[in-house]
Amino acid sequence: MSYKLQFAELLPYWNVLLQGLIFTIVLTVVSTVAGIAVGTAGASARTFGPVWLGRIVAVYVELIRNTPFIVQLFFIFFGLPALGLKLSETTAAFLAMVINLGAYSTEIIRAGIEAVPKGHIEAGLSLAMTKWEVLRRIVLNQAFRKIYPALSSQIIIVMLGSAVVSQISAEDLTYAANFVASRNFRNFEVYLLAALAYLVLAMLTRSLLRALGRVIFKAR
Amino acid sequence: MSLVSIRDVRKSFGANEVLKGVSLDIAKGDVVAIIGRSGSGKSTLLRCINGLETYQSGSIIADGIEVGGASTNLRELRRHVGMVFQQFNLFPHLTAAENVMLAPTVVNKVSKAEARATAAEVLAKVGLSEKMDAYPSELSGGQQQRVAIARSLAMRPKVLLCDEITSALDPELVNEVLRVVEQLAREGMTLILVTHEMRFARDVGTKLVFMHHGKVHEEGVPKEVFAAPRTPELQQFVGQVG
Repeated sequence: MSYKLQFAELLPYWNVLLQGLIFTIVLTVVSTVAGIAVGTAGASARTFGPVWLGRIVAVYVELIRNTPFIVQLFFIFFGLPALGLKLSETTAAFLAMVINLGAYSTEIIRAGIEAVPKGHIEAGLSLAMTKWEVLRRIVLNQAFRKIYPALSSQIIIVMLGSAVVSQISAEDLTYAANFVASRNFRNFEVYLLAALAYLVLAMLTRSLLRALGRVIFKAR
Repeated sequence: MSLVSIRDVRKSFGANEVLKGVSLDIAKGDVVAIIGRSGSGKSTLLRCINGLETYQSGSIIADGIEVGGASTNLRELRRHVGMVFQQFNLFPHLTAAENVMLAPTVVNKVSKAEARATAAEVLAKVGLSEKMDAYPSELSGGQQQRVAIARSLAMRPKVLLCDEITSALDPELVNEVLRVVEQLAREGMTLILVTHEMRFARDVGTKLVFMHHGKVHEEGVPKEVFAAPRTPELQQFVGQVG
């Protein structure tokens, strides 16, 4: 019980850890933007699109929401090469993240769309707007306003969950921590630092999203 | 030549037939008040006229467009047939002016400046010039409904459908909305109103339609119909609500 903390031993590896941190941030930002785009398209298809398209989206959503993220990642990275689709660790990590967040955000955004009063849609249609104009100009804005907190939480969950991509050697923060630990065996210090980094990142993301929400949805 | 011609329209929701052969002719400048018990098919009929509901048989021709056709251009139809709802249905994320400007800019592709000028004009008409930049949540029910009317007017409709537009309002706010509608009627706007305001129907309407069990049960000049209802159903209805 008299372990002596030696953070100084991490110093030679600051570069590795910083690069890992940056990778995690970039991975999160890109997959958030792309994932929400996928989610918006998916939710729109399920609510405003043709039935057959809605079914396809439903299958995608259920497939992703009912399987572990790590299995999805392994399938993309280790499984797909069997079909001739060989991706780099980085591409596989980004792809898996986008597919995963896309499915969850489809469900979240769909809930928002369905919470928009039907009368608003009818009012838009009565003003000679098309279904898609109504969706874009009237429904989506209100839907995002309603589900913004839920979507923010999901983004944090995905950011923390991204640690899993280290398992295919995508060089994120967790991968960097593993690397350092395997070199200097300072497991306690390395993982404590990594945990702190995730904690700070999560809290920063949360405040950032909250501030962003205030700017975007300032009206009303 | 009637502006809206409804011929033997039948409409069912599942096994429940709501419209059982409705025929009605509405000329330009008519102010038609449709009255009747809830469930008599009034609102459904109104919603069929701009294609919000489909019907199974019969025909509705509004401004020369057959509403129920398979290839009907509903967008073209709705450019000329406006609608105001019981629940206002203002878009909460847009100001009063933006609510009014949306359809002209999106549908008619007019410039923002031009749309804003139109918005100023129609909002002045409903007495809300000073509320252009207010959000719906900052307006009273009566003000919201007047913005909704202005929003329809901005598209320069030939017919305005009003679906119980004062039913969700507090009693003291009803008149400010009715005054706007009366003003429109005086200016020659063709109006089809589903309403429970009997006095308004009698004083402002040019035509009264009493619906009962999915049919036009009685119709005529409002003052005459109210003074001497011919059918026992209308006598009873007028007795209850009057």
